[in-house]
Amino acid sequence: MTQAQAENYMSVQFAAMSENESFARVVVAAFVSRLDPTLDELNDLKTVVSEAVTNCIIHGYDSDPSGIVYISAVIRGETVHLVIEDKGKGIDDLELAQQPLYTSKPELERSGMGFTIMENFMDEFEVTSEPGQGTSIRMKKTIVSKKALYN
Amino acid sequence: MNSHVQLEHHRGVLVVRLTGELDHHAADFVRMDLDEAILRKQVEHLVLNLKDLQFMDSSGLGVILGRYKLIRGKGGKMVICDANPPVKRLLEMSGLLKIMPLYQDETAALSDLEVAL
Ligand SMILES: Nc1ncnc2c1ncn2[C@@H]1O[C@H](COP(=O)(O)OP(=O)(O)O)[C@@H](O)[C@H]1O
Ligand SMILES: [Mg+2]
Repeated sequence: MTQAQAENYMSVQFAAMSENESFARVVVAAFVSRLDPTLDELNDLKTVVSEAVTNCIIHGYDSDPSGIVYISAVIRGETVHLVIEDKGKGIDDLELAQQPLYTSKPELERSGMGFTIMENFMDEFEVTSEPGQGTSIRMKKTIVSKKALYN
Repeated sequence: MNSHVQLEHHRGVLVVRLTGELDHHAADFVRMDLDEAILRKQVEHLVLNLKDLQFMDSSGLGVILGRYKLIRGKGGKMVICDANPPVKRLLEMSGLLKIMPLYQDETAALSDLEVAL
């Protein structure tokens, strides 16, 4: 079937608990599967979801499980748009936070590579944050490779 | 309930085979298992086999770097082997491969350590 895809949308919210990280990856992967992504593309998406959700839990909510993580995704044509948000403590210095290898929690053995990975694995990536209000990550990726193989 | 870590110990070398998914949730269990093994047994060197690791994110990078520091602090050597392409990409991106060698498989990793012993 090669009929033009109508816009599709989903959203989920869940408790800020580390055991929900794999749930978040699976939900997004399942939603995107209709675009027939390659294993590499799927792995990229799972990785960025994992990074963003982990950040909400560890940094946004300081591992307080009463926090809520919000994910929404839109598929428009061949492009998936992701928004991953928390209503936690926010980021004071966005530029510093996005430096490769910077982490505010070295005592938790964080690698400081989360933002760098999100930036590298997605076509577009944007962070907005308000101290005391929360943080929102918007990302976009066009799924191309598998279809290109058939052309 | 933790099936992330399989350990094998011989002649001062701890071989660690990771399976499943190494994310922030799993990282705490993996870290505890490894540190217990490293501190309790006579571990000098560590081989980290990533062949059966299905998924890893930056939390895994933190765990690997943490064990590297621990082993190095005791004067030992840590090497990685058999990383699949996505995992290898993360190791490269983070600069970890500049401080830890990556081998094709366990045999190659072990034979290098044997030389170093
Ligand atoms: N959702 C968030 N809420 C508050 N701070 C955040 C959030 N996400 C990231 N940060 C800040 O940005 C820094 C860098 O994030 P990242 O690159 O993922 O590295 P890491 O998670 O290993 O610390 C974090 O250490 C933290 O200070
Ligand atoms: Mg992070």
